[in-house]
Amino acid sequence: MINLFEVAETNEMIAKENLDVRTITLGISLLDCIDGDLKKINERVYEKITGTARDLVKTGEAIEKEFGIPIVNKRISVTPMALVGGAACQSCEDFVTLAKTMDRAAQEVGVNLIGGYSALVSKGMTSADEMLIRSIPQALHATERVCSSVNLGSTKTGINMDAVRLMGDIIKETALISREQDSADCMKLVVFCNAPDDNPFMAGAFHGVTEADAVINVGVSGPGVVKTALQRVRGENFEVLCETIKKTAFKVTRVGQLVAQEASRMLNIPFGIVDLSLAPTPAIGDSVADILCEIGLEYAGAPGTTAALALLNDQVKKGGVMASSYVGGLSGAFIPVSEDQGMIDAVTAGALTIEKLEAMTCVCSVGLDMLAVPGDTPNTTIAGIIADEMAIGMVNQKTTAVRIIPAIGKGVGDKVEFGGLFGYAPVMPVNGFSCEAFVNRGGRIPAPIHSFKN
Amino acid sequence: MKKTIITVVGKDTVGIIARVCTYLADNRINILDISQTIVQGFFNMMMIVDTNLTEKDFGVIVDELNALGEEIGVVIKCQKEEIFDQMHRI
Repeated sequence: MINLFEVAETNEMIAKENLDVRTITLGISLLDCIDGDLKKINERVYEKITGTARDLVKTGEAIEKEFGIPIVNKRISVTPMALVGGAACQSCEDFVTLAKTMDRAAQEVGVNLIGGYSALVSKGMTSADEMLIRSIPQALHATERVCSSVNLGSTKTGINMDAVRLMGDIIKETALISREQDSADCMKLVVFCNAPDDNPFMAGAFHGVTEADAVINVGVSGPGVVKTALQRVRGENFEVLCETIKKTAFKVTRVGQLVAQEASRMLNIPFGIVDLSLAPTPAIGDSVADILCEIGLEYAGAPGTTAALALLNDQVKKGGVMASSYVGGLSGAFIPVSEDQGMIDAVTAGALTIEKLEAMTCVCSVGLDMLAVPGDTPNTTIAGIIADEMAIGMVNQKTTAVRIIPAIGKGVGDKVEFGGLFGYAPVMPVNGFSCEAFVNRGGRIPAPIHSFKN
Repeated sequence: MKKTIITVVGKDTVGIIARVCTYLADNRINILDISQTIVQGFFNMMMIVDTNLTEKDFGVIVDELNALGEEIGVVIKCQKEEIFDQMHRI
């Protein structure tokens, strides 16, 4: 039987170490809403989302009460809109109407973000894909809750460099259109290589076409819990260190698995996956960078950071995999700059550069996330940064992403404020040498040799 | 039978157990097990209870126990046992 100390340990994690379930994300397929008529499709999308997600927030709150664990976000992901709207949308403005419908539906059911204003263009763009991509700046500016993502490459297909170049322009335009708000619309836009179909985390969540009609995916968190556990084994060798991370990850993931099953039962919607990510927040003590420091680094970014992160990421997975029957999504340590106080401090102290961040993305989930660069960074340089990150994902057969904020009107040393879970970010210096001739070549980079496994 | 864990943590004072037990009895919640310690003047109690007979919603009990805790000056949490089972048992 459960004893007093075990109960106290769990409740201490919740009360003092920021253990929470980061998100319950309800994936909804909108394939059955497709129609040639724009008005009809908008109506169907609204009805499908509000109908399926009607009880999502209420259920999340009931589970919070049952287990006494905070569930920070309840969110929705939908089928990539470029597929849903392709038949009806003749212009960028037509696509924007769909974004507004997503926003209204999200507001109606009370979720704070809805993902899936997306296009999957890893090999080529259809005219609908391109139209959706070109509509992203307007769509994000006209809505509050809509998140957008574009898959630009994969290990199987290579990298669509035309789309990469276009996204350099689109990210800049998104920053310009929201310059009064510190270019904040860029927070809701992410580009991927090897984007997963079942990712519950924003801004990159969408409901893949291989998924069922509706599915529950859960993202867990718990950097604070790992850090506290590691404080108890200071100075011990790597075996003890790894064992401690693994055990902690197991416990954290079990909570996610329980919440996912309970949500699935209460909503009568199948359970998809648990995403085993260490997702930080700007709250003190909820930082992945702090774990790296606890492992033995003065700051995240110091020599040894990539090795420490590789170890951390691997142990989180080893502990988490045993705790859940279905693991998916991004699953790994997130290293966003603005959402992690330890990362912000590392950048401010000069310990962490974009180049080091890029190296770190080789060994953990996701990629260059929530980093601010000077507003006058050329579009082609942004495309170059994206291409580098996509190449890491393509060659290493893993998901990589870029969520970059060109801070319009600001330079190195300034900072951009986003508020809430998104935090603030110091503007980081970018390598000033040009890659214009490279990104302007056009076409695509072929798939790497090791992708031919058939 | 699904069990519920009630924890009471706070500064020790007269009548904490009495107040909590009275609430549980009034709401037909059966106590299966109690363990309690005092660490450095801090009262720490865990009860395993059965809520099957109560007519109140689980969420209401959580809120009412929370309010009772505030009245006494302690923190009372009421959680389904599964969260602890899942975390600490393979």
